[in-house]
Amino acid sequence: MTTALRILTPGLCTTVQDLGRFHAYHMGVPASGELDDYAGQVANWLVGNPATAATLEMSMIGASMEILAASDIAITGAAMNPQLNGRPCRQWTSFFVKPGDILELGAADNGCRAYLAITGGIDVPLVLGSRATYLGGRLGGFQGRMLAAGDVLARGAGPLQKAPKTLPWFPLYPETIFLRAIAGPHDGYFCNQLARFFSTPFTVSSQCNRMGVRLAGDAIERDADAPESILSEPIAPGNVQIPAGGQPIVLLKEQTIGGYTNIATVVSSDIWRMGQAKPGDQVRFVRIDLHEAHALYRDWQAFLAGIESLLAGC
Amino acid sequence: MKTEFRASGDRSLLAVYGSGVDQAANEKVRQMAALLSGRSHPGIEAAVGSYCTLMLHYNPLHIGFEELTRHLLDLEKTLGEVVVEGAKTVEIPVCYGGEFGPDLSFVAQHAGMGTNEVIALHSAVSYHIYAIGFAPGFCYLGGLDPRLHAPRLMTPRQNVPAGSVGIAASQTGVYPLASPGGWQLIGRTPLRLFAPERQQPILYQPGDSIRFRPVAEDEFRHIYQLDNP
Repeated sequence: MTTALRILTPGLCTTVQDLGRFHAYHMGVPASGELDDYAGQVANWLVGNPATAATLEMSMIGASMEILAASDIAITGAAMNPQLNGRPCRQWTSFFVKPGDILELGAADNGCRAYLAITGGIDVPLVLGSRATYLGGRLGGFQGRMLAAGDVLARGAGPLQKAPKTLPWFPLYPETIFLRAIAGPHDGYFCNQLARFFSTPFTVSSQCNRMGVRLAGDAIERDADAPESILSEPIAPGNVQIPAGGQPIVLLKEQTIGGYTNIATVVSSDIWRMGQAKPGDQVRFVRIDLHEAHALYRDWQAFLAGIESLLAGC
Repeated sequence: MKTEFRASGDRSLLAVYGSGVDQAANEKVRQMAALLSGRSHPGIEAAVGSYCTLMLHYNPLHIGFEELTRHLLDLEKTLGEVVVEGAKTVEIPVCYGGEFGPDLSFVAQHAGMGTNEVIALHSAVSYHIYAIGFAPGFCYLGGLDPRLHAPRLMTPRQNVPAGSVGIAASQTGVYPLASPGGWQLIGRTPLRLFAPERQQPILYQPGDSIRFRPVAEDEFRHIYQLDNP
């Protein structure tokens, strides 16, 4: 363990995250983890970490920090104009930092969440098998909370790289987000509106956080004979709830059980796109079936494995 | 009823074993969850149950939806032969009223009885745990005496202390962690209901029962000191 960073200004919502906590659902503890796990994993691979190492997730406005130990750092995800000692530095590439350096991130120009990976990963205690912060349950991460000015973070051990690594391309986050989704599990309550749901654009409202993103648009009404709510059921990331009022909510990774009907579910290889959605963006749902979704999942896993081996080789 | 299987996205399957608050369907959910967590199945990553539904999180690289449903139907056939760990009753000490239960007198007034009668009725029965979720260690309980049903607060409290025992409509339960909340608070338990560092972070599982035992303030403080090092 090496003392690695001191937070000078924390930004809007900066937390420690990793790929998530998958073995405590039965106790009511949700997965949590990087909302854009694509960007989070790439950040780790750029500094030579495994995908499972912990990163800093910064939303809308990034953090400033003083570097306390020689390390490699990579920043991916939303474009936040990072500066090292006052000089602009690139994202989606690794760079070397030394004690006394000041790293500052600004507001997001493109996308919503940036990820910072550091040699060895952010070192906080494992809680139920993960380092991810679950804000609602006040557990995991750094004391179960968002980072604040003055917090000092440690990193794990790991070799420094001889040369920087760069991803030869990087994603841009468009203001119209297409989400492939499967109907259900409660599409039977929305027979009359399902086609409309998959053809209407929605707007990301200002009510969005790590639990979910509330959308605004033409209200989706349940069928006349369908109940308004259901007995609480287990839920999955990507479920699209239709609460009373008909404005959809896309659930992210911070819940295990819910009592609203879900008209559709975003496929797992697209959920990261919601991690980059910001108020005002447009969302359109594209209906696919389970067979297509599983083919997509295989392609997506192969794509990620390709990036991992590409970055391991350079 | 024949089990119904629904896709909840590309990585989760929802198995529906019944409808409504039904102890038999809930028992099936609980036994299936116990069976699935007791063995390792390639591709099945987690199982979480609620009242009458069970969700399997799976990895489509290792198991397909059809294969998973066949597997679950096969397991269902063995339910009769399998002995699942017996349900237990967990006793939860509660100090009712005063600073710990600021809404006890409202609930008593609403029910048209004295506060002692509310305490006696609330602690007289065991509550079946139908599900755990929403928050770490939070239980969905069945069996609140209809005389104790009381409306939610008009304005939710910003901060409900951990361990608070409340009533909302036909539900009763405990807040395991401090959080905002709109339930009528009638008491508080000194036990830490969710402690992630413990070998067993929670003291119960679905299928178990909870019984509230009234304790005086000095016993509350004594237990609190033992359980909150």
